[in-house]
Amino acid sequence: MASNVAHGQQVIGHAEEEHTTPQEYVRVAIVLAIITAIEVFIYYLPSARPLLVPALIILSLAKFAAVVGYFMHLKFDNRLFQFMFIAGLVVSLSVFLAFLAMFWYSTSYMPLT
Amino acid sequence: MATAITVETAHGEGQGIHEGHGHAGHPPPSAGVDSRKLLMWLFLTSDTMFFGTLIATYMMYRDRSIQLLTPPYPNDIFDIPYTSVSAFVLLMSSLTMVLALASIQRGNYRGLRIWLAATALLGGIFVGGQVFEFTTFAHEGLTLSSNVFGSSFYVLTGFHGAHVTIGVLWLVALLVVSLRGGLPKEKAMSVEIAGLYWHFVDIVWIIIFTFVYLVPYPNPVKEATEAAPAAFLHLVSLGQQMLAALPF
Repeated sequence: MASNVAHGQQVIGHAEEEHTTPQEYVRVAIVLAIITAIEVFIYYLPSARPLLVPALIILSLAKFAAVVGYFMHLKFDNRLFQFMFIAGLVVSLSVFLAFLAMFWYSTSYMPLT
Repeated sequence: MATAITVETAHGEGQGIHEGHGHAGHPPPSAGVDSRKLLMWLFLTSDTMFFGTLIATYMMYRDRSIQLLTPPYPNDIFDIPYTSVSAFVLLMSSLTMVLALASIQRGNYRGLRIWLAATALLGGIFVGGQVFEFTTFAHEGLTLSSNVFGSSFYVLTGFHGAHVTIGVLWLVALLVVSLRGGLPKEKAMSVEIAGLYWHFVDIVWIIIFTFVYLVPYPNPVKEATEAAPAAFLHLVSLGQQMLAALPF
């Protein structure tokens, strides 16, 4: 644990030191590189077209979770940070979906202008 | 309020004079977390919403230029192999960044400098690649004002590129401070906070790469065939409205 001590209070937030080694970071990076290669491969695969979009979303979410969880240490870090980031993501995703729904609804009956 | 001044020497990394409540001149922690780290997470949360809105805007307009038949179209100008290499470069820069943090936490200052320099270099390669991509697209006719696809594409990827550029400058500044002996093990939090920012920039690109480049775009010819009758009916409707509005 790093020596961040002030007012007699120990600072939380360095738990990753005990959890993840450089070798594990390299393993995570290899997995990320493989997922990226799969994304590009299925993009060029004609037979994968029907399932391309869901597959791309799942793969990118896996990459997102790996970087946030291991490289940003959110998996091992203080729950306050986890709550803050997930709350931001939920708000962001809600705005995203609301925008898309509103746009598609408003353009579904309107001719192109 | 007592002000303590202490001089710390860590692993031959030079001396730093720290003022305040017995620690390194930065705000004391509250709720058991480092204040600077809390602030960075708050910033990243707000930036998540910022990029979420930009990506939503892009998703609304991504097919619009195809429907309106205003080229250039995404399928004509995107170079997926080239962008895949850029995505790979940025992904690997996240690895070098986290290795830089692991190095300083273990007191390995040579490792810290090597990995910081590698991260800044990979970030610089990414930004250079983006500048080249933008230049190529502009030569092919896609500008900020050529169509709605161009506007939303350049605003989204341009803001991301600006974030990467700021990150590279931040990393170079940390490298310079480290080379001057001002980044001892006790200041690992400075590298950790820069790392959080850098990884965030990476995860934003993960989403952009998928939704902007890889999710397929419709075929302009097919879109035109489907859209033409609706556009014709709209014109007829407009004509009828104009006739009805005439005073005679």
